[in-house]
Amino acid sequence: VKRIALLGMPNTGKSTLFNRMTGARARVGNWPGVTVDLLGARLLLGAQMVQLVDLPGIYDLGGHSEDERVVMDFLRNNRVDLALVMANAAHVERQSALLAELLRLKIPLVLVLNMADEAAQLGIRIDARRLGARLGMPVCLISAKHGQSMRELDSLLRAAMEAAPAPASMLDANEIDAAVQENVSIPAQASHALSGRIDSLLLHRRLGLPLFFGAMFLLFEAVFLLGKPVQDAIAWGFVQFRADLLDPSLSAWPPLARGLLLDGVYSGLATVGSFVPLIVLFFLAMALLEDTGYLSRAAFLMDALMSRLGLDGRSFVMVLMGFGCNVPAIMGTRVMRSRGLRLLTMLVIPLSLCSARLQVFLFLIAALFPAHIAPLVLFSLYLVSIGTALLTSALFRRRFVNVEPLVLEMPPYRFPTMRHILLRSWQEVRHFLKRASAFIVAGVVLVWILTTFPEQAAQGGAGTWAAQIGDWLQPLLSPLGIDPRLTIALIFGLVAKEVVIGALVVIYGQEGGSLAAAIAQHIDWVQAYSFMLFALIYTPCLSTIATLRAEARDRAFTALAVIWPLCLAWSVSFLFYQGARLVAAS
Amino acid sequence: VQPSRASAEPLKSTLDTLLAGSEGTILSVDAGEALYHRLAALGLRVGKRIRLLRRAPFGGPLHVRLGTTEIMLRAGEARCVQVALDPAPPGERR
Repeated sequence: VKRIALLGMPNTGKSTLFNRMTGARARVGNWPGVTVDLLGARLLLGAQMVQLVDLPGIYDLGGHSEDERVVMDFLRNNRVDLALVMANAAHVERQSALLAELLRLKIPLVLVLNMADEAAQLGIRIDARRLGARLGMPVCLISAKHGQSMRELDSLLRAAMEAAPAPASMLDANEIDAAVQENVSIPAQASHALSGRIDSLLLHRRLGLPLFFGAMFLLFEAVFLLGKPVQDAIAWGFVQFRADLLDPSLSAWPPLARGLLLDGVYSGLATVGSFVPLIVLFFLAMALLEDTGYLSRAAFLMDALMSRLGLDGRSFVMVLMGFGCNVPAIMGTRVMRSRGLRLLTMLVIPLSLCSARLQVFLFLIAALFPAHIAPLVLFSLYLVSIGTALLTSALFRRRFVNVEPLVLEMPPYRFPTMRHILLRSWQEVRHFLKRASAFIVAGVVLVWILTTFPEQAAQGGAGTWAAQIGDWLQPLLSPLGIDPRLTIALIFGLVAKEVVIGALVVIYGQEGGSLAAAIAQHIDWVQAYSFMLFALIYTPCLSTIATLRAEARDRAFTALAVIWPLCLAWSVSFLFYQGARLVAAS
Repeated sequence: VQPSRASAEPLKSTLDTLLAGSEGTILSVDAGEALYHRLAALGLRVGKRIRLLRRAPFGGPLHVRLGTTEIMLRAGEARCVQVALDPAPPGERR
């Protein structure tokens, strides 16, 4: 199978074109010599099956960034029959250096000038045929977003694949510049007037930040308004499926095998499944922010504060996303080029008080605090969440150094296309399912084993290995006011934080209001707050750990991301609990 | 030949010290290799026209326009860029 590589600068619409050409058939895969997964897909060009690979966006082949090294490694270790070079038609004039470098690779090239619609709006005129003749390679002008001239591109690629054109002539950057200047006419005052007007409002010195926070708040509300019912419906579906189909049909099985299958594997799958709607919606929101061009504006507004913490403006957006769900936020850090910056951001994100933890806190706060101070308690937990995030990044900024100069393109505001956004979210969800499901199921099975064995012990009760671990941990956790029962709940919480409530149901043998009453009888508010602090900060949930592991590809880092919050959680709870006891005693 | 400038020597200044709304021509880019290439790839090269659109609040990054491209960069990076300022025509300063 012949192979076509898709190359170009960031923000040229590479992935839009890739999605348009391949639809939902794309798969992430490993490639020789390359450490990251790349999207690839097979497609029919005329009668020929070819493979199209989407390479990361690069500014040049200098190897200064991780992405540049990925592209170079890929080209060195994999045969490429044709390179499809994407450039933004509105700024062809500054993309000549990359083109000159690609010419030196002696791979047949096709130059695709994208965003023909925007270029036309700016009054930019391009003579693609003459430009192609000068450059010695086929050139075509398209709009990947609107699917304009896709047929022309198709026939161009078909011809290029069949004729296998000899490596194009060796022009240098200056000659390419000259060719571009002859065939591209840019009006003197080309600017995106509407974008400029929107910017003068959204990036306003005083209004910019409030508008940003308002927009993020609304986005959040929308995600939960839409996501929660869907999530509940899926959870209900899993429960019903089990009650109606699995329980009856497996009733003849030995209890242990049934337990392993239902409480272990099936609950694991249900955990993964319940994450899907939130991930879909958060990726829809992220894709919307990115495609409209607002993400770089948010980074612009927040960078002043974040740069002092060793992060940058984009980190802030990701941390904010983490308040919904840590998993998509961690996946979103892929836009960062500096590995140090990316790891630091990934270390900070799990400290965001996600929606799963929110459920636990809402329950406990309602159980132990009078209604009029409940909102304050919750707000204080959000403050702790942000405080630990700031502390973590301040402490680790020297270990994960951000070497990336923040130089970002501010694209004009654009209307996103539904098709592209949906395809992208779908790809991310599939990526998450593929990467995380085995890991999460294994984790749930482990917790099931811990709370089931030895056989004579009651499920989740005293005498199980989990309870034994709870007892061993008492010297460590009793200074925090966390008793053995709560410890077992925390062990369950390793799987997913929302499981903590379910665990308390099993442990106390009570549900809903009576559970709240039972808990209120056993612990006081100081213990409850200490427990919530611990539950807020201690290790990320299994889905988050799985994502961290997959994204960082570094065991030591993943271990740090698990152990550091654990130590921090212990210290914060210890200080709070002992402090509160001291105050009460005096 | 630009007669409007003949009256005054062009003011030289680094990009990070410009006022929002001012415009000029890039005289030099004194950056390390990686940054130099990155800036060049985004159109920030010697001889190009540049306009400082705005600064982010609290000493944040700068928003500049180069031809048809708009980029943001931090003051630290902007310090590497020398600009020959246009004399401001009356009434155009924001």
